[in-house]
Amino acid sequence: MGSAKSSLSKIPNAEQLMDDTGFSPAHVVRLHERFQALDKEKKGHLSRQDFESIKELATNPIRDRIIGAFFAQGGEMVDFHTFVKILAHFRPVDKKHLKKANIREPINSRTNKLRFAFQLYDQDNDGKISRSELLQVLRTMLEVQVTDEQLESIADRTIQEADLDGDNAISFDEFRKSLEKVNIDHKMSIRFLR
Amino acid sequence: MKPLRIHVPALLLVAFVSKAWTVPMNNSGTSYMTTTGTAHSGSNTAGNHTANNGGHEAAVTTLPIVTWKWHHVELPYLMTVWVLVCWLIKLVLHLNERLTIEIPESAMLILIGFGLGGIIWGADKVQTFALKPITFFLFLLPQIILDAGYFMPNKLFFSNMGAILTFAVIGTVWNAVTVGLSLYGVYLGGAMGNLDIDLLQFMLFGSLLSAVDPVAVLAVFEEVHVNEVLFILVFGESLLNDGVTVVLYNVCDAFVSLGADKINAVEIIKGIVSFLVVAFGGALVGVVFAILLSLLTRCTKNIQIIEPGFIFILSYLSYLTAEMLSLSSILAITFCGVCCQRYVNANMAESSVTTVRYAMKVFANGSETIIFVFLGISAIDPNIWVWNTAFILLTIVFVLVYRIIGVFALTWLLNRFRLIPIEIIDQVIMSYGGLRGGVAYVLAFMLDENRIKEKNLMISTTLIVVYFTVVLQGVTMKPLVKWLKVKTASKSDLCLMEKLQNRAFDHILIAIEDISGQIGHNYMREKWNKFEMRFIRPLLMKTSARKSQDQLFSVFHQLNLKDAISYVAEGERRGSLAFIRSENDANLVIKKKFGADFSDIMSDINSDISDTESYSNIPMPSTQNGVPSICLDIEEEMKKKNFNGAKDIDTHRLLQMHLYKARKQHRHRYSRREIGVNKDENEVQEIFQRTMRSRLESFKSAKMGVGQNKKLKPHKKDQVRNLCLLLPTAYAYNMQWVKLTCLFLQVSNGNLDFVGNSAGGIENPAFFPDAPPQTPPWSTNTQAENGVAPSQWAQLRIPWSPSNFHRLAPLRISTRSTDSFLLADRATTEEEQPPQDQPSGMKK
Repeated sequence: MGSAKSSLSKIPNAEQLMDDTGFSPAHVVRLHERFQALDKEKKGHLSRQDFESIKELATNPIRDRIIGAFFAQGGEMVDFHTFVKILAHFRPVDKKHLKKANIREPINSRTNKLRFAFQLYDQDNDGKISRSELLQVLRTMLEVQVTDEQLESIADRTIQEADLDGDNAISFDEFRKSLEKVNIDHKMSIRFLR
Repeated sequence: MKPLRIHVPALLLVAFVSKAWTVPMNNSGTSYMTTTGTAHSGSNTAGNHTANNGGHEAAVTTLPIVTWKWHHVELPYLMTVWVLVCWLIKLVLHLNERLTIEIPESAMLILIGFGLGGIIWGADKVQTFALKPITFFLFLLPQIILDAGYFMPNKLFFSNMGAILTFAVIGTVWNAVTVGLSLYGVYLGGAMGNLDIDLLQFMLFGSLLSAVDPVAVLAVFEEVHVNEVLFILVFGESLLNDGVTVVLYNVCDAFVSLGADKINAVEIIKGIVSFLVVAFGGALVGVVFAILLSLLTRCTKNIQIIEPGFIFILSYLSYLTAEMLSLSSILAITFCGVCCQRYVNANMAESSVTTVRYAMKVFANGSETIIFVFLGISAIDPNIWVWNTAFILLTIVFVLVYRIIGVFALTWLLNRFRLIPIEIIDQVIMSYGGLRGGVAYVLAFMLDENRIKEKNLMISTTLIVVYFTVVLQGVTMKPLVKWLKVKTASKSDLCLMEKLQNRAFDHILIAIEDISGQIGHNYMREKWNKFEMRFIRPLLMKTSARKSQDQLFSVFHQLNLKDAISYVAEGERRGSLAFIRSENDANLVIKKKFGADFSDIMSDINSDISDTESYSNIPMPSTQNGVPSICLDIEEEMKKKNFNGAKDIDTHRLLQMHLYKARKQHRHRYSRREIGVNKDENEVQEIFQRTMRSRLESFKSAKMGVGQNKKLKPHKKDQVRNLCLLLPTAYAYNMQWVKLTCLFLQVSNGNLDFVGNSAGGIENPAFFPDAPPQTPPWSTNTQAENGVAPSQWAQLRIPWSPSNFHRLAPLRISTRSTDSFLLADRATTEEEQPPQDQPSGMKK
C-alpha cells in the first residue's frame, strides 16, 4: 500500500479523480501504470495511434467505435483523467459507494453505461440512431457473410422493434426502453483487478 | 413368489437393453394348452399373476390353438405396466392444475408412491418392488443427466464454473466430513444408545448423504423459476458433485473394509488421486464421446431417420464406458451433452433436432417420474425400518445446518472474487435447495450388510432425509422464494435489439479489458471463441452449418418465421387471408426481399420435390427478382386499387367459400425411411376443379354473363377439366386461385417463408361490377388458335410449388387476354416478363 500511496502522489488531482469515478487508490495507480505503458512516447496523453497499436484490439470488430468513444469530446488526445473517466463506466456498481455519493449520478450508473453504448452507434451525435448508423454497426458485427439486403432488413426490423414514435430512428429513450430487461449492470461491467 | 427385478426404464431404452430379449423362455413349449380345455385355468393364472402352468404339461394331446405364456413376457410386461402406472399417476396429478402449482410434482409422486407401496404390501405381505441400484444407475439416471447436460445453458454454466466447482468439491467434502464427524461425536456422547457403528462407517454414511441430488434439485427448481445464476449454481453443483460423492463413497467403503488400522497417509493420498482421476477421467470420457458424436452427425445426412438415435446411443455409451472404467459416469454423460449440443444441433437436420429435443424430454421426464414413485414405494417395507429417534433427527439437523454453513462460508469466499456477488437471499435459497434424493438412497441400499451392521438404520435414515428434503423443503421452496422476493427468471421475448446489444456489449467489454490491460473473463472467453472458431468448428461442424451460424441472423429468421406463422394463423382464424392490417402497422410486416435467404428456401423446396425434372417447367422466381408473384397481403393490394369496403367484404366471403384448405396429413406410408407429407396429385386437381366450378358459377351470375351459353351449365366433375382446356382465359382467371392455394400448399408443406407481395390478390373483373364490361372469356376461345399473347395471369408465374403442378404447366400458355382492365394495369409487368414458355398449342 505504501508504494501505491507514493505513486498516487505523482498523479495530479488523484483525489479528485477518485471522487469522480469511485476507483480506489489501488485502481488509480494500476490504471496510471497502464496509461503510461500505452503512452509509448511519454507525451502525457494518448493519441489514436496509441490505442490502435494495442495488439489485442486489432481483431475487435467495433474497435474504431470504442477508440472513438475516448475522443468523444473532440480533440486528438486523451489525458489520464479522461482515460480513467471513460473506464469508470465499466466499474461494477457497488452499493456502498452508491449510498455515499447519492448527490450526483455516478459515472457507472445504468443510464451512463447505456449512454456509452448508445454513443457508439450515434456517430453524428444527433441523439438518434438512424438507419444508416445502425447498418454500419451491424455490418461490422455480423460474423458471417450476409448480403446487404439481409442486413438492411435486419436493421429495419430492429428499428421497427425499438422505434416508438415512428421517426424511423432510435432515440436514447427508445434505446433504453428496448433494453429494459437487460441487466446492464452485469453486462457493462468488468472486474478491475487490483 | 420369486423376486422380480424391475427394469422399468429398459423400455425407454429399448435399443440398449438386450436383456429384455434374452429373458429366459423357460416354459415356452411346456405350457401348450387347448383353448377348449383351458379357458378356465387361463383366467385363474391371470388372477394369480404367477402363471404357474406346469400342471398342464401333460395336456399336450392335441394341437394347441392359443397358449398362455406369462413367463415368456413377464419381465418386459411388468416393466411396461410399471411405466404405465407411473405415467398415469403423473397424468392424474396434472388433471388438477392448482395442485401441481402449489405442491411440487416430486413431492406428490413420493406421497402417491407411499400409497402404491401400501397396496402392494397389503396384497403380498412383502415388498416385491423396490428401486434397485442397477435399475437406477443404469437405466433411470442416465437419461435425466443427459437431458440436463444437453440443455445446459453453456455460457452461463462455464462462466460460473468456478463457483460451481467450489460448491461441488469443497462443499460436498465439507458436508460429508462434518456430518460424519458430528454424528460420531454425538454417538460417543451416548445420545444414540447402543449402535454398532464406528467412525469410518459414520464417515461413509456422511459421504453418501453429502451429495445434493440432481434429479430432486431439477424437479423442484424447474418449477420455481429462480433467476438463472442461482439456478445454475445449485443445479451445476448437483451435477458435478457426483464425482466427489462417488469417490468419497468408494474411498470410505474401501476404508471400512480395510479397517481403521490399515489407513495411513499413503491411502489418503491415493484417495485424493483417485478423486482427481475419477472426476477428470469421467469428464474426459464425456468429451471424447461428444467429439465422436459430433463427427458422426456430420455424415448422417443420408440416414436422417435414425440420426436422432445416435445422440442417445453414443451418450449412453459414454455413461456405460465411464461406469465400466469406474469413473464418474454422471460427469461423463453431463459433459457429453454439454459439449456436443452445439455441433450436433448445427449438423443435424431441423427435424432431427426437434426429435431429439422431444425424445429426450420424454425419457428424462418419464424416468424422473418413475424414480420418485419408486422412492415412495420403497419406503413401505417393514423390513428396512429401524427407528432411532436421536440418530435420525440429528442427521436431519446436521445435514441442514452444515449445508447452510457450507454455503455461506463458500459464498463469502467466492464473493470476494465475483463481479456479481451472490446475494444473501440467494444464499438462503441455495442452502435450502440442498435436496437429497435417489442417489443417496441407492448408495445406502448398496451398503454391504455383512460389514455394516446398521445398514437398515442407514437406509431408513437416508429415506427420512430424502423425504424431508424433497417433500418438506420442496413444498416450502416456492413460498419461501416468494416470501424472500428472490429474483426470478424473467421471461424474455425474442428481441433483435437485445441480441444485437448483447453482442455489442461483449465486444465493448473485450475492448475495454484490452485497453485497461486486464485479463478477465471476457478476454479469456474471446480467446476461447477464436480458438473454437478456428480449430474446433471446422472439425466438428458441417461446412454448410458453419456458414449459417450467425446467431443474430437466426434470431431474425426466427422472428420472421413467427410473424409469418402468426400472420397465417390469424388469417385462418378469420376465415380468410384477407384480414385487416393497416399500412403503417408496427406489426412488422414481411415485405422484405430476401436475397440469399431466398435461395435457401428454394433449395429446401427443391429438395422436397422428388420429381425435379418436371419442375423445370415451372418458372421460378429468380434471386434477383426476389419478390415472388404471390400476394399474401390481399388487403394491401385492394388498397392500391382503391376498392371500397363493400368489395372487400365480397372478396372475403368469396375467399371463405372457395379457398381450398390444403390438407396436411401424414399418410400412412409403409416406409421406415421417411415420413412424407401428403403430396397428393388429386389435391391439385381438386383445387382446380373447385375453382373452375366457382368461376363458372360466378360468370353465370355476373351481369355481363347473362344469357350465356347453356352448354356450360352442367359442371360435372369430369367435364371440368375439358372446360378448362377449352377456356384458356378462364383458366387464366383461375391462376389467381391456384396461386392462393399454392400459398397454402406451401405453408402446409412446412416451407412457410417469406412471401413477398407484388402482383396478385383479387383482381378478377367478374367481381367488380364497375369494371369495364368485357367479353366473356369463352366467347373468345376461337382466338386460341392464334395464340398471341399469353394473358398476364398466365405470364405471372406459378409460384414455386410442389411438382404436382407441372401437369398444369402447358396450360399456362393461353390466348390473348380479354381483360383490358388487367392489361392496362399490367402493361409494365408484361414488358418485364416475356413469355417464358413457348406456346405448345392447345390440347383438345
